[in-house]
Amino acid sequence: MAEGLVLEDLRIALGGRVMVALDAAVAPGSVLTVMGPSGSGKSTLLAAITGTLAPQFTLMGRILLDGRDITALPPEQRRTGILFQDELLFPHLSVGGNLAFGLPPSVRGRAARRARIAEALDEIGLAGFAPRDPATLSGGQKARVALMRTLLAAPRALLLDEPFSRLDAELRGQIRALVFERARTQGLPVLLVTHDRADAEAAGGRVIRLGEPPDAPAP
Amino acid sequence: MPALRLAPALTLLVMLGPVAAGLAGTLLPAFGVMPALGRVEPGFMPFHELVAWPGLPRAMALSLGTGFAATALALAIALLICAGWQGTRAFRWLERALSPLLSVPHAAAAFGFAFLIAPSGWIARALAPATGWERPPDLLILQDPLGLSLIAGLVIKEVPFLLLMTLAALPALRPAQSLATARSLGYGRSTGWLKTVFPRLYPQIRLPVYAVLAFSMSVVDVAMILGPSTPPTLSVQILRWMNDPDLALRLRAAAGAVLQLALTVAALGLWRLGEYAVARLGRRWIAAGGRGTRDGLLRGAALALGAVSAAAVFLGLAALAVWSVAGFWGFPALLPDTLTLKSWMRQGPMLLAPAADTALIALVAVGVALALVLACLEAEDRFGLRPTTRALWLLYLPLIVPQIAFLPGLQLLALVTGIDGSRGAVIAGHVIFVLPYVFLSLSDPYRGWDARHGAVARALGAGPARVFWQVRLPMLLRPVLTAAAVGAAVSVGQFLPTLLLGAGRVPTLTTEAVALASGGARRVIGVTALAQTAAAFVPFALALLIPALVWRNRRGLRHG
Repeated sequence: MAEGLVLEDLRIALGGRVMVALDAAVAPGSVLTVMGPSGSGKSTLLAAITGTLAPQFTLMGRILLDGRDITALPPEQRRTGILFQDELLFPHLSVGGNLAFGLPPSVRGRAARRARIAEALDEIGLAGFAPRDPATLSGGQKARVALMRTLLAAPRALLLDEPFSRLDAELRGQIRALVFERARTQGLPVLLVTHDRADAEAAGGRVIRLGEPPDAPAP
Repeated sequence: MPALRLAPALTLLVMLGPVAAGLAGTLLPAFGVMPALGRVEPGFMPFHELVAWPGLPRAMALSLGTGFAATALALAIALLICAGWQGTRAFRWLERALSPLLSVPHAAAAFGFAFLIAPSGWIARALAPATGWERPPDLLILQDPLGLSLIAGLVIKEVPFLLLMTLAALPALRPAQSLATARSLGYGRSTGWLKTVFPRLYPQIRLPVYAVLAFSMSVVDVAMILGPSTPPTLSVQILRWMNDPDLALRLRAAAGAVLQLALTVAALGLWRLGEYAVARLGRRWIAAGGRGTRDGLLRGAALALGAVSAAAVFLGLAALAVWSVAGFWGFPALLPDTLTLKSWMRQGPMLLAPAADTALIALVAVGVALALVLACLEAEDRFGLRPTTRALWLLYLPLIVPQIAFLPGLQLLALVTGIDGSRGAVIAGHVIFVLPYVFLSLSDPYRGWDARHGAVARALGAGPARVFWQVRLPMLLRPVLTAAAVGAAVSVGQFLPTLLLGAGRVPTLTTEAVALASGGARRVIGVTALAQTAAAFVPFALALLIPALVWRNRRGLRHG
């Protein structure tokens, strides 16, 4: 399978011990959910895919995105968008500045860039928010800006690191629906890591369980 | 980027290269080798001459005595304040006073202290109505032969330093939990803290304590202002020999520098033995289970000592300020009869050139240090280097090896290579001491930055350089500027490197101020020392002001 995200016999080891082993493919527009308790290496898996794995880990196997081997590429060339539990909007930039950070330089000219950002804000119901300080936004607003910042960078895959767990129940459903709907319309393969069963159910795709943390007693 | 990978090695070279070269350059003449004087035969002559100097035993005793006394007192005060007051309102008040206290240069603090305790100083004037003094009492308080005023002058500057180091180490030890547990078991506040927090704290502040000990033993500028003069401390005497027109005395100075180094190493060894003894006694004290329920007195004493020590610095500055604008001021009047700007008008223009040099040297030294430190921290991050205990020791080395032990050798090397007396040499000398402070100040906030911001930026297509310049650095603007201010204060306060590497031809506010120590021109001292304090203080003000202005519309960075 050439399209989508393929993890080919992926294994991540720390000090010779394999923490995560996974062989999976995520088709464009579909969701793969990886579940597991904290400490099971979920975030490590995502760091391996984005290319920000700490140097003490060793990575074996291959990561393919739309048929391209990205295993050895630097993070900025992989085009893997990621959303964390916290929105991680850059606190020194305005809302518009955060979106501009994600918008590729191929959108040229100040006017064109500004127009694209205004349009993007409009799409998420935040028209006119460009000059705002991100710290003054509500949780749901921040989550939407973070999503749009990621999408503006035109990723080829979307990685979600428990991105909804900080939001209250009602908002969580809303944002979750928005993210999955967006990913589907843009044909993005989505890898979701979570420990929340509701997230997995809402995602609707395949679910893989990572093992118990190795130091936990066997049941 | 392979150049970045070399940053840690380059930093060590810039910082420790001169220390090593200076020690070598001190050892040779100490053993009689000084080709510039036509001496090439090694021998022990300089040491024989040193031993023959009648002031030697006393000078050595003074060094050791002031070192141990100042360190022990400052450490005790800093610890007891933490033990008795951490988490209280009084403590937060003291915390706020820390930064300004630390930024006051040693020389200015010493002059201010002298203006308080001198027989004609503010304290004597305040006591005069009660004691009936009509003339300054005939007491040898300043520059007393036992070095008591020197010790006190050192303590008031070292307490804030040790407090700051303690405060930086404490949070990781979760002192509130330990203290709550101890108190629920019936222990008094201070006793509980000393028994549960201190044993874990001390290893974290050991290096700063060693730096304080080495500094107090070998400091030159403070000793010239507050210390005895016949004989002076060993370090001051070495400087006198260095500055003697008779170049042959350089050999004796080098021998003295080697002795000062040996003395410092011996003192550090003794202190280490003392640590073992205290630990042994302490374990017994803890095992005995005494609750110390009546340790309220200790608490009160700690607060009083801390307040007196802080007040001594602030009142000293006030005394400098009043003297700088004093017209006629007879004893025992508390304030001058008239106020005048005459001293400022006369001295001000003469201080412009040294002030400009002070600023230039500080700016370049801090710029170099900041660039190296940021490169080191960034390399640490990108190449997964782990900071080790050994690296921390190396960082503290320039603060522990006495300046007077290696700067004479460095000056000789500068003389031989012809770069002595240049601003470049002075700047290189300042970088040695600015670097460790900038690193210590910046490393925690830099390492504490949420790396997920970097991961997000990389995933959005930003390369490592863009992440550094556009995300990490702006987010860390406040700690970066604070580190720069700390570095600038260190540079402004440097006396010995400026004097020796500048060969007396690069005057700064500090060398100008210390040069006034032997005279009694109080108004001139007031003006000069205040100018020196201002030079150290302005960067701190900027470090507060700039982020507040730049990020005035960014709530997320207001307490970063």
